[in-house]
Amino acid sequence: MSTPTLGKDLVGLEPLSAEQILLILDTAEPFKEVSERAIKKVPALRGKTIVNLFFEASTRTRISFEFAEKRLSADTVNVAAAGSSVSKGETLVDTAKNLEAMRIDMVVIRHGASGAAQFLGQRIRSNVINAGDGKHEHPTQGLLDMLTLRDRFKRIKGLKVAICGDILHSRVARSNIWGLTKLGAQVGVCGPASLLPRGVEELGVTILPRIEDAIQWADALNVLRLQLERMEAGFFPSLREYNRVFGVTNERLARAPKDLLILHPGPMNRGVEIDSDVADGPHSVILPQVTNGVAVRMAVLYLLAGGSPEWAHRGADER
Amino acid sequence: MRPILIRGGRVIDPSRSIDGVAEVYLEGGKVADTGPSLGSPEGALVLDAAGKIVTPGLIDLHVHLREPGQEELETVATGAMAAAAGGFSAVCAMPNTDPVTDNQAAIGFIVSQAQRAGKARVYPIGAISLGQKGQQLAEFGELVGAGAVAVSDDGKPVVSSHLMRTALEYARTFGIPVADHCEDPTLSSGGAMHEGIVSTRLGLKGIPAAAEEIMVARDILLAEHTGGHIHLCHMSTRGSVELIRRAKEKGVRVTAEACPHHFTLTHERCEGYDTNAKMNPPLREPEDREAIRQGLRDGTIDAICTDHAPHHYDAKEREFDDAPNGIIGLETALGLAVSELVEPGLLSLPTLISRMSTMPARIFNLAGGTLAPGSPADVLIADPKAKWVVDPTVFFSKSRNTPFAGRQLTGRAEVTIVRGQVVYQRRPEEAV
Repeated sequence: MSTPTLGKDLVGLEPLSAEQILLILDTAEPFKEVSERAIKKVPALRGKTIVNLFFEASTRTRISFEFAEKRLSADTVNVAAAGSSVSKGETLVDTAKNLEAMRIDMVVIRHGASGAAQFLGQRIRSNVINAGDGKHEHPTQGLLDMLTLRDRFKRIKGLKVAICGDILHSRVARSNIWGLTKLGAQVGVCGPASLLPRGVEELGVTILPRIEDAIQWADALNVLRLQLERMEAGFFPSLREYNRVFGVTNERLARAPKDLLILHPGPMNRGVEIDSDVADGPHSVILPQVTNGVAVRMAVLYLLAGGSPEWAHRGADER
Repeated sequence: MRPILIRGGRVIDPSRSIDGVAEVYLEGGKVADTGPSLGSPEGALVLDAAGKIVTPGLIDLHVHLREPGQEELETVATGAMAAAAGGFSAVCAMPNTDPVTDNQAAIGFIVSQAQRAGKARVYPIGAISLGQKGQQLAEFGELVGAGAVAVSDDGKPVVSSHLMRTALEYARTFGIPVADHCEDPTLSSGGAMHEGIVSTRLGLKGIPAAAEEIMVARDILLAEHTGGHIHLCHMSTRGSVELIRRAKEKGVRVTAEACPHHFTLTHERCEGYDTNAKMNPPLREPEDREAIRQGLRDGTIDAICTDHAPHHYDAKEREFDDAPNGIIGLETALGLAVSELVEPGLLSLPTLISRMSTMPARIFNLAGGTLAPGSPADVLIADPKAKWVVDPTVFFSKSRNTPFAGRQLTGRAEVTIVRGQVVYQRRPEEAV
């Protein structure tokens, strides 16, 4: 059987096969070690030009991509929407075509509109990587979550992962649902019914109405960030009540039949969706997630640039 | 004006339950006679309609012609030509232009532009409220006096139930229907497509079916309460069809229309974020599409309209959330109706012509919709078996925003006659 490839763009995990997802996770393994070295650099993308096009504020994802790019020796430019031609009314497609006219190789895009990454990928020749589009997908977050789960459990298949919080507005939830179900995990979603998207069970997930149900059921909880503006839009009454009904607390976790692994894509609202003693506790892998983020993004950049997984090992071995 | 004799065609006139091969003679802008053999009137233009159907010209109760205000998208003249090419002898233009057609001068402008164009008839629809702002009633009497055939705030829902009630009552004075765009904006706000499994997958904000049905239910209750005539625009959900069916059983003065895209496509068409599948009301679920088809079959839905909504390429070439709603429909409606409703055996051709001509004429009390002697010579000759492929680049409309490009359809207009004059004749080189 031939080695799978990723194609031109990474817009989401929905279009990927299990083999393609495993290819990325396996390719990320040797790249983890690069970040542990004194000299954190391999020449894999030397001479490649990458634009990080961020239409939404982002700290962790943008920096993670930038580190991934620099550790692969790519040349990078960051474009933030504010202060650029975008703020002067330029359309997304014009912005992208202008960047492409400067002969760039890849675009990493974060955008508030669902479908923006796919839209861009269909209109330019450069590789496009989705760093989060609206409420659609955030594939590299899904991948780093899966890499972190696999590190701890040594498998994905058969794991029970509960995604907790605002599923309705979450691109992280969608990428996790696609990725995990394709790799054979069982996925549960837990949150107020007003924050669950219509028909979500048709995506092959179990609905867990209460956080206590999720804690009883799951091997791992992926706790999503709750955004304040959703309260203002009337989707739930208050942060206080959210914490009392859906907050992940040590008290609730103590009633679990087993120790649960705790993930959170960040940034956290301590004391809202997750208590500090859980976030900082022994079963939290929130910081290892961040570390894995760089490795997963290196793998995605490397594979889209045409690298093969065997070379990734060799590339990482070069000193 | 030269008289016209149409020979050899299958004459379908639902207004008189006529369906059979006959001749139709048009003289002085009127239908002079129909019958098995009308001889050879001197000087008449003879049109051979063998193998074709000869029907009253189609009538579209719901189009957006963009003039005044957005003439780069469509004008009354280009819209009237596109209509004629689609087999329509008359269209009704919604008032959400810039400025809004909420006064007699604006209505008069549409009437005069339509006369200058001299293609399909264009009947203006006046606004319900001044500026379509949903507050103060427009002067229905003045609007009707200038040529308006109905009132509507289409494009915007009538949020205030009080305003809708008053409009239904006040419209009775002038014998016109109130046409409503049924949408509860507190449920639909920010929505880009139907709320369902596809919106969940795509991460787009959904518009629930209930946003339409709540307003359909309200309008029916108000029509019942006031005795006014409510006409429900572009129905898209199975719940709406059921509400209308029950209201008609009770004898409420309610009529309804549905669009070809809603009996042809479903929300799956939004996959890939294709903005040509973005419209309001949105494409719904397969069960909704089926209910619309059944509603058209049993008459719960009285009429087929296009909701022809021209938009510029650049406006649609955007992120899905930011693209405008709407597709053009005048030049694909007949083909879609024949392909989706008649070919599968759901509607007979006479029923289809009733839904696209006779019933629309009755709902808005328009001339046409019949070939009875003495009625206006608005006639369509169509080939119900012709197969053709939708190519938006040859449309008469100024805009190209259609999700049907490349689709093979059956059935198209051959000749459209308005006021006894040929306003469209398909050029033979367009043959496939």
